[in-house]
Amino acid sequence: MRSLIESIFLAGVNDAEALAMGDGAAILLGDRWLVLTTDAHVVAPVFFPGGDIGRLAVSGVVNDLAMMGACDPLALTSSVIVEEGFPLDSLRRIQASMVATCSEAGTRIVTGDTKVMRRGELDGVVLSTSGVGLTHRVVRDSGLCVGDDILVTGTIGDHGLAVLSARNDLGLDGDLRSDVAPLNSLIRAALTAAGDALHAMKDPTRGGVISALSEMADKAGVAILLDQASLPISAPARAAAELLGIDPLAVANEGKALLGVHPSVTSATLAALRAHPLGRDAACIGRVRAGVRGTLMLDTGFGTRRLLERDGDPLPRIC
Amino acid sequence: MCLGVPGQIVEITGNTALVDFWGVRRKVALDIVDEEVTVGDHVLVHVGFAIRRITPEDLAETLAFFEAMTSADLEGLAPDARTLGTGKVEGAP
Amino acid sequence: MTRPPVEFRDVAAGRALQARLERAMSRATRPITLMHVCGSHEQAIARYGLRSRFPGNLQIQMGPGCPVCVTDAPEIDACVALAQCGVRVLTYGDMLRVPGSALSLDDARAAGARVELIYAATQCVEIARATTEPIVFFATGFETTAVATASVLLSDPPANLFVLSAHKWVPAAMEVVASSPDTKIEGYLAAGHAATITGYGIFESFVAKHGKPVVVAGFEPLDILSGLVLLVKQVLEGKAAVVNAFARCVSRDGNVRAQDALFRVFRHTDGDWRGIAHVARGDLRLRDEFAAHDATLRFADELATATPPALRANLAECRCGAIMTGLQSPTDCPLFGKQCRPEAPVGACMVSTEGACRIWHDHGAAAAGISR
Repeated sequence: MRSLIESIFLAGVNDAEALAMGDGAAILLGDRWLVLTTDAHVVAPVFFPGGDIGRLAVSGVVNDLAMMGACDPLALTSSVIVEEGFPLDSLRRIQASMVATCSEAGTRIVTGDTKVMRRGELDGVVLSTSGVGLTHRVVRDSGLCVGDDILVTGTIGDHGLAVLSARNDLGLDGDLRSDVAPLNSLIRAALTAAGDALHAMKDPTRGGVISALSEMADKAGVAILLDQASLPISAPARAAAELLGIDPLAVANEGKALLGVHPSVTSATLAALRAHPLGRDAACIGRVRAGVRGTLMLDTGFGTRRLLERDGDPLPRIC
Repeated sequence: MCLGVPGQIVEITGNTALVDFWGVRRKVALDIVDEEVTVGDHVLVHVGFAIRRITPEDLAETLAFFEAMTSADLEGLAPDARTLGTGKVEGAP
Repeated sequence: MTRPPVEFRDVAAGRALQARLERAMSRATRPITLMHVCGSHEQAIARYGLRSRFPGNLQIQMGPGCPVCVTDAPEIDACVALAQCGVRVLTYGDMLRVPGSALSLDDARAAGARVELIYAATQCVEIARATTEPIVFFATGFETTAVATASVLLSDPPANLFVLSAHKWVPAAMEVVASSPDTKIEGYLAAGHAATITGYGIFESFVAKHGKPVVVAGFEPLDILSGLVLLVKQVLEGKAAVVNAFARCVSRDGNVRAQDALFRVFRHTDGDWRGIAHVARGDLRLRDEFAAHDATLRFADELATATPPALRANLAECRCGAIMTGLQSPTDCPLFGKQCRPEAPVGACMVSTEGACRIWHDHGAAAAGISR
């Protein structure tokens, strides 16, 4: 996917006028940066434990802005493409959810578009959102330094495991729910506590913590060592992962962020995160080291292993 | 294929048990488990079936076994390593 | 958070066992190669990073214990053919991406076939009851999984449920490996959950015949380390016995009720395992009494007239069989890393995350524990 994006979509973007990073960009406007981001959302099922596609769409774009340092979104757009026959009631629920999530994030949807496609030409509904915000300092996901601590803002693997379980009707009964949430106020608190000592940020969405940290390490030319015992994982996620044979580090999170900070501010940053309702389980999970670029290792207590990104979504296994 | 996961029975209805895995629960079939089970028993579960009853004694013996394995002397090992015929094999180096 | 009482993951105990293994191997006068025959053992070894602390002169090699690896291409082709005929097929997640001679079930699904994932064998009954059309359950896995299929068939299943059995029997493959004249394997770690069903008694004749020790081990990190300590001890002392290091789940006779169910429904037949070719008594196939639910009979016409798929180029050069039996290493295969990669696998050793080639490719040679 990354090579597709780089070869087709990013060719020709001039770095002097704009910083293009993944699905976001920043444009210099006087003494501040105008940060723009866009995202598309397809999820099945559309309503899942802990959230729905509407909440996902709004949180996704708010969090993308926050990951670049823009914690006060100015406004969002929302485009809806819906399959003919999609229940009107579901659309109303999704819309209500988007409005509620915007309110949580302190922003609003100011414009958008709607299209209907013929039955069978689209699977249910696709949402595409864009957001814009301002910031004095753009934080990139490439700024990790050797010696930095890696922090995570809360429990790992909740969204991916909840959706997988719901999608495959796996009959797991418990409090397994998506963590989908807008993180801008949480990140604002972290930035206030850490200042310039917060070197890099990324939210571990598709591909999970493994994908996000591998990319961060690769872009900064460093290696990362994680500590198994420090990983915050909720009891339902832990149990579901054991039953399904899936690694919580490999599945999506939609209400968490990874921060690379200088160790001098780790305590203060963790305190600020834990004081916030969305950051109660924040933890330091590892450290940045010199090493083969992009290498992500895990110390299990019984040895170390390399964590590698896998193609495709993890599947429940029985073996 | 052996992703067997142990859990604890919280409820039994006919041939089906509700099993707790310390975070989630799932219905499990009791058709092929080796012994009669009751609420509170642990079972090993594979593809939705209980395949073995694990007693509290089994768990205690396991802890004792690991204790023995980590202590100095492996001769005359703790009872849970059940051996069969430990004589030297003819022709072995 | 309370730790489940059934987990045995104490790090200090692990270190003590690792030190014990190190001390034992420091007294060895030669490198030793042991084999395990279970995909879940390989998963557990990888998950806990155990290989990073194995003594340098100890090789723990993965044998043909990965059902994903050994399910032969024609078996997958048969299932793909049924899916392409419009039949609803149910499969465990492990098998979805395994390539047949040409396509995997996932490829068929992408092209519109109705291939669905299940996680528990009982789901195929629920699904069959909710419709009138035929449902085919692609029953893969070793004996531990076969008992679940057997139980389903013994519980008055709906008439529209059909089973395409690709179940296999692991001890038969151990026999193939141990009988090979070139084998360097000096001891076997037996699969704990399979032994929960079969009991450890079935390894007694194996040990008597081949003079190699067998230790039955579970899947917690302490289980695996203890099992290896006990196996190394026997090898260094020139002993050959069956030792049960998983007593909380395994007895000598095993789960008799499950065995009864298994053999009421299935019989042993000779099988062709992917890459290993002939494995005597290696397959489990439905008995005649269950013909009414046998997919090969119900869909005999469709299977007979299915166009044989264009063979993947290179299949003949695939070395999975030699690799799985420990005779060659992935780098001996002309396709490894070139035409055969995780994104475009030729053989199943590269498809499965437990396959020796995939592990070697992703984690390096040391991780694959392949003896040279």
